[in-house]
Order: sequence, then structure tokens, then C-alpha cells
Amino acid sequence: MEQKKVVMDADGIDRSLTRIAYEILEKNKGTEELCLVGIRTGGVFLAERLKKKLAKIEGVDLPTGVLDITLYRDDLRLPNKKPLLGRTDIPFSLDDKRVVLVDDVLFTGRTIRAAMDALIDFGRPKLIQLAVLIDRGHRELPIRADFVGKNLPSSLWESVVVNLMEKSGVDEVVIQAEKQ
Amino acid sequence: MKLMKKDILGIKDLSVDEINLILDTAESFIEVSTREIKKVPTLRGKTVVNLFFEASTRTRTSFEIAGKRLSADTINISATTSSVVKGETLIDTARNLEAMNPDAIVIRHSAAGAPHMLARMVKQSIINAGDGAHEHPTQALLDMMTIKEKKATISGLKVAIVGDIAHSRVARSNIYGLKKMGAEVVVAGPATMMPRDIERMGVAVFNNLGDAIKGVDIIMMLRIQLERQQQKIFPSLREYSSYFCLNRNNIKLAKEDVLVMHPGPINRGIEIAPDIADGPYSIILDQVTNGVAVRMALLYLLIGGQS
Repeated sequence: MEQKKVVMDADGIDRSLTRIAYEILEKNKGTEELCLVGIRTGGVFLAERLKKKLAKIEGVDLPTGVLDITLYRDDLRLPNKKPLLGRTDIPFSLDDKRVVLVDDVLFTGRTIRAAMDALIDFGRPKLIQLAVLIDRGHRELPIRADFVGKNLPSSLWESVVVNLMEKSGVDEVVIQAEKQ
Repeated sequence: MKLMKKDILGIKDLSVDEINLILDTAESFIEVSTREIKKVPTLRGKTVVNLFFEASTRTRTSFEIAGKRLSADTINISATTSSVVKGETLIDTARNLEAMNPDAIVIRHSAAGAPHMLARMVKQSIINAGDGAHEHPTQALLDMMTIKEKKATISGLKVAIVGDIAHSRVARSNIYGLKKMGAEVVVAGPATMMPRDIERMGVAVFNNLGDAIKGVDIIMMLRIQLERQQQKIFPSLREYSSYFCLNRNNIKLAKEDVLVMHPGPINRGIEIAPDIADGPYSIILDQVTNGVAVRMALLYLLIGGQS
């Protein structure tokens, strides 16, 4: 018995990203020294979309990178945790940059902790901000997002999945009872 | 997919899927070595012992760098500075190392099968860094990675391996690997350097350099092991090089976009002319760069993420 509920459709995702794009501009007072880094894999597509939106609004082409946090995970020591390693690609210096880290779902905060450690290894950003499409709560670390598409109170027994056109062929956010 | 193995002992026991997993993982690790801070915390708290009973610069350094870039503690033991000179047997050395509880032991030994024996005896992951004339799996993996990087795929390529095939663990591991990945392999060398029944490995055999490299995509030159000259397997270095040295004339027989590889150390002017070793066809130093990435991948896949 699997219950599945769509909590955000394609239009909803697009509107949220548009708003986040404007919020990024507002908070940073423009695009100076601004860059985007998407966390593999969901965050990468969202970062690309934000980049397009910001290009449309401000007419600038922001440097955009891809970050794989596998090597920085804190659960690698646990048995049976060995995710496939993806490639990190940040082809620009992060020194003194305003970095907007982009991910699809903010949950325990552990991914973001790993991502921040990884970013620091690439240089010394002026600041790091966090943009997520969904904040589902249940933080285990003192981390919060600067830009949130939708706050989605969820139970620990549920899973929140962001499907994106680039990978799944459909834009939607679904919440479902976790598969056993 | 996960690598369901405790040890890496030879290419012969790896499946195509496992080879692909290792090569893909290694590709992702290349980027780490290009960073300003060339270190990730992945293997923090893990210990890797490099146990080298034979001389090595490249392989030992490569393993040490690979471990360090993953934040593992690496310890090097070479035969000349170890208790081996006091007469300790390999088994006793291994048992003592095991008692200090490292996570992986990288071993090079002149006896074929030494890593396999170790793997049966100790609970740690064993990586074979060359055992006698048997296998050198990490070399073959970095060679395959380099070929894949330059030619996009290994399948369908024609590869010539030239030199002292009989004494070469590099040749053996590469023949296993390249054949598995769908390449056509030919070998060439003087008859005294050809192992018996080499055809059984599924390779064509030539006693002439020109015939072997005709139309090939890759030429892999092997080092003439000067230390074996007393065994009288060839009359003189000069004679060997007049027949089997790859130079700017005979390389024209290969494909126009041929790539030249060599596991090192190279004997300039003996098996490979200096202008070829340093020339545009040569990807010898790319092999060395990729060696670090391959060894990082193996350490990550074997001991990363185990409790």
C-alpha cells in the first residue's frame, strides 16, 4: 500500500525558482562576485535553471559549478554506505565569491555540512548561501536555508522526492510513505 | 554497484562490470589531484601499509600519494630496511603487520602468488602491486583508464604489446584486461622472451616489430629488464634495439593517430627512441597521472565505507 501525493507541480516549481532568483538578487544586491554551485544530482539541474532565470532577469552569465559530496560524507564509515562517486566540476576560483549552494531537498543538514567542507577546500568564499526547493524539516545540525521554495512539514516515515525533467522526464515534488 | 571484493589480486579475477566501476570511479578522482588543496577527508583514520619487497619509484609513490590525498595514513616498508634482512619470513611479517591493524596492505613481491597467500592469511584488504612475472593489476587498470580517456572506448581497438613478454606482469595483466574490454591484442618480441603457450591467452604472436604494429591504435612498449641480461635471453642490447626499438621510422607502420605507452622506467634508446618517448604520440606521463587516480579509486572502493 503506497500512498503518493504530488505537493508541487511543474508550474509550482517554476514559480518558486523565479521567486528564489529574485530573492538571490535582492539579498546580494545584484550579481557581483556571485556564483552558483549545484549539489549532485538534483541540485545541479536546479542551479542550471536558476542560472537561466538570472540571465534572463539581469542579463549576466553566472559561473556555475557542480559539487559531488560523496568524499565528504559523514556516513561513509557506516557499513553498506558506498554511493557511486560523481565528478566535481568547479572551473573557477571560489576566493572572495558569494556562493549560492543549490540543492533539491533540505533534510537533516548533513549533506550541506559536507558540501560546505568541500567548498572550503576549493578556496575561501566571501560567503555561502543556501537555496533549496524543499525544506522538509528534521534538522540534525544547526543549518538553515537562505532561500526556500516550499516548506514541507513531513514525517520521518515519509520520503520527499523531487523529480525533474532533466532526469525523470517530469517536473514534480511528491511525498510518499517510505518503501520498506 | 559496489565492488564486492576484499582484495585486488589480479585482472584475471575482475569482471567487465568491476573494471568499469573502477575506471569510472577513478575518472571522478582525477579532479581531486588538480585542486589547490589536494586532499579529501574520505579515508580519515584508515591506515595503508605499502610493503615493497622489490624496487619501485612510480608504484610506491603513486600508492602513497593516493592514500594521502584521501587522508589515510600511509606507511612504507621496503625490504632493505625491514626485518626481512634479519631473516623474517613473509608470513611472519604479515602476521605482525596484521596485529597492528591496518586497513589495507599493498604488496609487491618477486614471488608470483605472494599477495594471494597474504590475502588468505590476513583479514585486511590486499592490493597486488606486482607479483613476480604474474600480474600487476593497478598498472593494467591505469593503462586502460588512459586508453579510455584518449580513445573514448577500449572495445574494437588494436593494441600491440612489445618486449619481454615472458617476464612481464604488466603484459599479462593488460592482456587479461584489454581482452575483457573487447580490444584485439598482439604481442611481439624475440622468441626467447615469449612465454610458451602465450597464444592460449588469445593473442596473436609476432617475432617482428613491424608486423606487430601494422595498423594498431596503441603500442605498449615494455621495459627491457637489464637485470636479466645475465640470463642470456638476448645477445646484446644493441642487437635488441636494432630489431625492437620503437623509432620515428617504424612507428609510421601503425595508425596515424597511434598512441605510445610504457609502464616505466624507460630505457631511452633501447626499447624506445627518445624522440618517441617525448614526442606527440607518447602518453607515458598521462599514465603516471592516471595511476594516482586509479589507486585512489581502489582504496576508496576497498576500504572506504567499511566499519
